[in-house]
This record gives sequence, C-alpha cells and structure tokens, in this order.
Amino acid sequence: MQASVIVFPGSNCDRDVAVCLEAATGKKPNMVWHGNSDLPDSDVIVLPGGFSYGDYLRCGSMAANSPIMKEVVLKAQKGTAVLGICNGFQVLTECGLLPGVLMQNAALNFVCRNTRLIVDNNTTPFTGLYQQGEEVVIPVAHNEGNYFADDETLDELSGEGRIVLSYVPEDNPNGACKNIAGICDASGRVLGMMPHPERRAETALGGEDGKRMFTGLVEALS
Amino acid sequence: MTKDTTPPETAHINDTEITPEIVAEHGLKPDEYEKVVAHMGRTPNMTELGVFSVMWSEHCSYKSSRKWLKKLPVSGPQVIQGPGENAGVIDIGDGDAAVFKMESHNHPSFIEPYQGATTGVGGIMRDVFTMGARPVANMNALRFGDPNHPKTRHLVAGVVHGIGGYGNCIGVPTVGGEVNFDSCYNGNILVNAMCVGLARTDKIFYAAATGIGAPVVYVGSKTGRDGIHGATMASAEFDDASEEKRPTVQVGDPFTEKLLLEACQELMASDAIIAIQDMGAAGLTSSSVEMADKGGVGIVLDLDKVPCRETHMTGYEMLLSESQERMLMVLKPGREAEAEAIFLRWGLDFAVVGSLTDTGRMVVHHEGRMIADMPLEPLADGAPEYDRPYTPTPLAPYIDPSQVDETNITEALKTLMGCSEIASRRWIYEQYDSMVMGDTLAGPGGDAALVRVHGTKKALAISTDVTPRYCLAQPVEGGKQAVAEAYRNISATGATPLAITNCLNFGNPERPEIMGQFVECLEGMGAACEALDFPVVSGNVSLYNETNGQGINPTPAIGGVGLIEDFEKAVGNAFTQPNQYIFVLGKTEGHLGSSLYQRFILQDDAIYAPPSVDLELERKHGEFVRDLIDAGIVNAVHDISDGGLLVAVAEMCLPHKMGCHIEDDNTAKFWFGEDQGRYVMVGDDADKILAQANARGLTLSYLGKTGGTELTIAERVHISVEELHAIHENWLPDYMKTV
Repeated sequence: MQASVIVFPGSNCDRDVAVCLEAATGKKPNMVWHGNSDLPDSDVIVLPGGFSYGDYLRCGSMAANSPIMKEVVLKAQKGTAVLGICNGFQVLTECGLLPGVLMQNAALNFVCRNTRLIVDNNTTPFTGLYQQGEEVVIPVAHNEGNYFADDETLDELSGEGRIVLSYVPEDNPNGACKNIAGICDASGRVLGMMPHPERRAETALGGEDGKRMFTGLVEALS
Repeated sequence: MTKDTTPPETAHINDTEITPEIVAEHGLKPDEYEKVVAHMGRTPNMTELGVFSVMWSEHCSYKSSRKWLKKLPVSGPQVIQGPGENAGVIDIGDGDAAVFKMESHNHPSFIEPYQGATTGVGGIMRDVFTMGARPVANMNALRFGDPNHPKTRHLVAGVVHGIGGYGNCIGVPTVGGEVNFDSCYNGNILVNAMCVGLARTDKIFYAAATGIGAPVVYVGSKTGRDGIHGATMASAEFDDASEEKRPTVQVGDPFTEKLLLEACQELMASDAIIAIQDMGAAGLTSSSVEMADKGGVGIVLDLDKVPCRETHMTGYEMLLSESQERMLMVLKPGREAEAEAIFLRWGLDFAVVGSLTDTGRMVVHHEGRMIADMPLEPLADGAPEYDRPYTPTPLAPYIDPSQVDETNITEALKTLMGCSEIASRRWIYEQYDSMVMGDTLAGPGGDAALVRVHGTKKALAISTDVTPRYCLAQPVEGGKQAVAEAYRNISATGATPLAITNCLNFGNPERPEIMGQFVECLEGMGAACEALDFPVVSGNVSLYNETNGQGINPTPAIGGVGLIEDFEKAVGNAFTQPNQYIFVLGKTEGHLGSSLYQRFILQDDAIYAPPSVDLELERKHGEFVRDLIDAGIVNAVHDISDGGLLVAVAEMCLPHKMGCHIEDDNTAKFWFGEDQGRYVMVGDDADKILAQANARGLTLSYLGKTGGTELTIAERVHISVEELHAIHENWLPDYMKTV
C-alpha cells in the first residue's frame, strides 16, 4: 500500500502520521506539498492535523482551495481512500467531500486529552480491524471540533451508517451533534475524524488503539 | 579609520535636541548618558540614543546581575554551550544534543495577557531553533496574584489561551509546568516560558558573524511599529499608568513562526549559514550588534531594504521595533539565491539588508543618508556593570512545633488537596496540545515530563521548579531548594539530571533588600548546582517586577533537563497495583515553617524559616532513587514537596484512583511538614528495597501498602480517594467558571 500525506503550510501532524503509515506499510509515504498540482499514485491520501494557513479565515477553508486539493477531490471521486484527521477533517468539510461543519468547541477552549470512542461502523477500509460497537481510547486536540449539520443531514448520516466514530456520550469533548467524532462519505472511502489515531499507536504513548486504523488500511487496500 | 566627530546627517529625527528629559524617557541615568557621549566622542542623535538605551537596558545588558551571574557553575563534561548564546546546549550522547532556555515575558503579559504570553512562547522557541535545534517540548512557570484579586481570573484565562494559542499552532507540545497564586503577584504576574529542542552536535549554529563583505540577511515577517521599547519597559517598575504601555506589547503570529521554523531547518541542512540570531528584545538592533560584536567585525545596514508592513517608518522605529517572527543571518557570499528560494517558497520575506565590515562599528543608512554610526564594543559590552548595594535578608524565626496545635488530619488533607497551590492544573494543561510530535511519554501532571528523542530509546526528563515562599523567608535555602527540587523531580522518573536553565524574577534591584534577595538566592543556587553537578547553561533575568513599590517574592525559576537511556525503565508517580509496599526515603522531622500547612491550615502569614536543604544527602538520595528505578526494584516514585508526605501519598492515589493503607498514626507536622530531600517509593520486594537502603546507610521507612478505594491511616483516618479526586480536580474549573 502506498500512502501520500498532503503537507499544507501550518500542518503539524504530518510527520506523526507518516511515522504510523511507514510502520504499517513498511514504505515511506509520499509527502506532497500543497502547492503541487499533481499527486503521485497512491492507495490512501491523508490530510494531517495542524493549523493549515494558521486557521486564518476559517479552519481548513484556505487549504480546501489550495492547488493539490483539486487533485485530492478528483482521486476521491474515483475511489481513492482519503483520511482527514482533525484539521484534515475540517478541510474535507470545507472542500465538500464531507457534509457539515466543525464549529468552535462548546466550552470555547482548546481541548487536548484522551477520549473514549465507539466504533459505530467497522465496514469502512479504515475501521475493519475494530469490532462493531467496540470502545477505544484515542486523544483529541482541537479548538474547532464541534460537529454540526442540519437535522436532515444528521438523519442521513446515521441512517446510512456514515457515523463511523462517536464519543461515549459522557465523554463528548466539544459538544458535537450526536457525539460525532468521525463520519464518512456515501462510498465509505472518505473518512474525516477529529481524534488523532496517530497519537495512540504504540504502547509507549499510552496505547495502541489508533494503530489498527493504519494496519487495517493496509489489509483493506493491499 | 578616521573618527568622525560630527553627528551623521539624518533625515528628520536628529533635529531634536537631546535633553535630560529625553535621556530619562529612554531609561538612561544621567551618568549612563555621559558614558554614551564618551563612547561616541560626540552627542548621539535620537536614533543612536535609542539604540544605546535598549542595548544598555537592564533586560539586554544584565547590568545589575552580571557580577553575580558570573559566580554560577556553568561547565561540566556534558556542556557544549553555556550561557551567552541564544540557548544552552548539552551533550546527550550518540551525536545528539539538547538545546534549551527559559525566558520571562512578565511585563507584557500583565498588560496584555494573550499577546504577552504568545510572544513569550514564540521568542523562546526562536532562541532554540536559531541554534539549529528542532523544538520538541515547551514548559512554563506561571505565577498569578491572589485568586480573590479582581484581575486574576482574566490574567489566568488570557495567559493560558496565549500559551496554547502559540504552542498548539506551531505544533510543539507543551508538556508541563507549574502555577502558583500569591498576592505578591497581584500587580506583577510572572510568565516564564521554557523550550527544549534537539539537534545534532555537529550542526549547532551560533551568533558570531565572520567574513568581511558577507551578506546580512533579514528573514521572516515584516517590521511594524509594535513593541518599540519593549526591552526598556521590561526594565522598569509599573505604576498605575502602566496600562498605557499596551502599544509596547508585541503581537505574535504562530503560523509565521511555523513557516520560519521549517524554512530555517531547511536552510540549516545546507552549509550556507555563517551566523544566525533571532530578533527578540530590541529587535534588529540587538541582533545585529550581537552578531557583529561576537564575531569581532563591523556591520553596515541599509534600512531601505528592511521589509516593512507600515509606511513612513523612521529609522529609529525600524531599529527598535520588536515585531515578532524575524531572524537575522549572515550567509556565505554567493548563497543568497539558494536561501531566498527556500524562504520565498515558505511565503516569507527575504532581504539582504547589509553586510559585514572590518570597522568594528555599526553604520546605518536610511533614505539614502547615514543615520547612525556607533562603535559596537561599547554597545554590546560597555553597559555599566553595577555592584549594587545589598542588605542580607534577616534570619526568619523557626516555628515552634510545640506551639502548633494538633489538627484533624482528614480535614487538613482535604483543605490542602483543594487549595490553590496543590489543586489539579488540568483546566490549564488540557488547553495545551501536549501530545503533538508523537514523542510525549509522560505529559503534564507528573514529577517531570518525559519526551522521547525521536526514533531512539532515549528520553529527556524536564521539570520547572521554585518555591518562592522559601526564597522570601531565606533566599539562600530557597535558591538551593529550587535547584534541588528540579533535581528530585527528574530523578523520580529515573532520569539523570544534566543541566539547568534559569529565569530569575525579582523586584527592583536598586532597593538593597531586593538586591540582597538576588545575591543570596544565587548563592544558594550556585551551591546546589555545584554539589549536584547540575550546571547552568542558559538563563534570563527579569528585574523590576514591582508595582507602586510592592515587589514580588523572589522567584528564581529553574528549568531542569535530564536524560534516561532507556525510556522503558522510567517510572511514574502513581500507585498502579494493589499490595505494593510504600516507603519514605529521607528523615521526616516535621518542618512547618513556610509550609502550605502554615499558610492554609494555621493561616499564619508571618515569615518563618523554610526547611533547609542538605545537598550531600540530596545527591545520595537522587542516586539511590535512580539506581533502584534502573534495577527495576521500584515502579512508582514521587518526590515530596508542597504539602508534605501525606499530600504526596494522596497525589499518588489519584491517577488510577487506587487507595492505600498507612500503618502507623502520627502527628500533623509529620504528615504535612515540608522537610527536603524526601521521596515516596513503591515496589513489590520490600526486603530488597530496605536492604539497598541499609547498604548505603540511608533512612528509609516503611509506610504501608497500596490498594483499596480509601486512603487510610491506622484506625483513625479514612478518606475516600474518589472524594479526594473530586476536591483536587474541582477547584480550578470552579474558580474559572465564576467569572
């Protein structure tokens, strides 16, 4: 499996996720600069966490308009798997690959801590190694993670099994609707999530719950 | 070269006659101004006066502290670079180096807490990455006023937002720190930020400029009018009008700093840079003076080339602006295009603004005219060095323990666990990204943070410490204690303490009793560094932390760094398994003077002698703790500090909500005394632990066993860990909610 990680000015989890991808695939991922307009062939494209363009204007909105994103959208439409983590999730909603919006956390503060999540859909290429309904621990670190969409969209997401990850209700860190932590598109091949699986992918960092997302991708896409 | 005795032609600004009032506004004393004139050989113009005033400010010149700083131990086999550069550098083996420094941003943070704190964090990170290091961890030491003071909440919220706003965005984890509340900080909060970076020992960059004719290059963001005279502000007392100084506070942009970091790292991978210096306090002035002076050369600057974000800026303003996220570099001639391509790709300004000369002078041109021509040596090193008069701090009396009434242990413990000094700092540290970069092995909340050296088994242990109330009562012991506590916190993880940085926050040094605190704290600090092989490699001095004549408690914050070769051997400070044996290392005499028990239980605000520090024993205890951790004989260690033994034990119960049973009852002074040099240690093999202590002749006493859901003492005390947890967690969020 070949992965590509898009690097925007202000991305800051690009290296962290590259470490996990390399550990899972045995291959260094392509690190692709946002200003490029061609994207090397890859099985999965990762939009990493961080503060692309300093979060100026609105989180993810400037990144969504950078040259490389046209390619990412085209590849996604042709079926390449796309994983957006944290700021990457914000970019995915801004560029229209995923519905809804990520608003400022309900408590109005940045929050960095472990959260308990439920895997609500284990049929995506990202979640195949988790049990349906399994509770896992993966940290969040964001100021705008409060997922919001209109009722119709929310009903559609839950009706179609597109809520892939949700916070355990008493552990919702940001006030997200339906405790949403991660959603996918209709094909199931574009996943956006606020928690950072790359931060919990080895025991030395507190646990391996995030690791299965990367090893699972290798199994699903190789 | 011939000496020109007439002032250089200038555009508009030197028309102003330099009056005693203008000299005073620049923070220079009349006799200091006389020295300026003598060095110049003529009357300076306004621009030159401005440059001298910032270079000779307390903040830049250390004129009151230099004499005493020279006495601190600064060397050791581990030291690659001691004080005097942008940051200190120590060897951590295998060609790796740790680069670190701590710096204050007190005055701006009080005036404008968000921007003051962000630019403090940004500035210290630039100091570290200027040296060629990638920042891997941020820490901070914060002091706020009394929780009941009307400004405190606003300042806490602003500073915490600011620290998070900068560190989170740039993507360097904030892994720990310390916070105190005390009325002595009502008018002067302290914001001390520390950054630790990693570099290769053969890729360290320094500030000394060499190569006559080499281009001087400006990179980063544009220059504006913010922060003009920030260094001068930071060298003066506050009064009621200080709020008007808001325009002297700089504005931070972490996004630009992130770009600057990546662009610098990219250029540093080549060999194009001769010297590099960040534009911090006193901006373009101090960076060019320092680079040229350290290299023993001269420098000529053309301000028309400086990227500006405002029009019609004068040379005076450009030289003194403290706009953030800027760097000055000297490149190898001919490498400009290669460097420019990197900075432009990262969307940053790049401009050749001058070159090195052999004159030993700084010559500045603006709008086609020469506007300043000054000798470098007196600018950099000619500031008067003061041997300010000082009076020794009077000896504080000892608390007579027999006069201390016995108390209800349960209630006292609950009060202390929920007091402003001990309560959980979770509300603060969860606003900091403590995990980005994927190497934080132990983040906030432990004795020391542990950050892995990326891709290796090694980890750095980092801790910030000082107990200002001890420093107030007896500065020598307080100075020792600050260093010893950092040593202890690092040892408690299993890491070997290697070196410290310091941030010396004091009041007005022109008052002999304040100068006495400074001199005595440094004496204690120096003795501890010496005895513990824990040298000072970098630091910062912040004086004049006074408002309307009310000074802060002496607060010499210490940032310690240690190394553990195999992070898998490191231990935490929590009870994790039931039925383990709990021991206390060190003698418990029950010293209550200057303790939190005195402040919160006895509610006595007289000054009593703090506990003394036995440095020889401190070292033996540290070695013992590290050896036992390395041998895998103990699996949790916690140093005993604020609140004493019982608070330490209660803190160990909280993370996993695991209780313990202590066998023997004792008195309040035993449970809450703050005797130094002690640790709580936990392990499975009691005989082995005791035998090891006996073999070294150390005092180790058995306390009890882990397990259950309560903290119990003999038959007398039963406290639910759940309740302690709630008391400990709730204070700060409840306090911040009641805005």
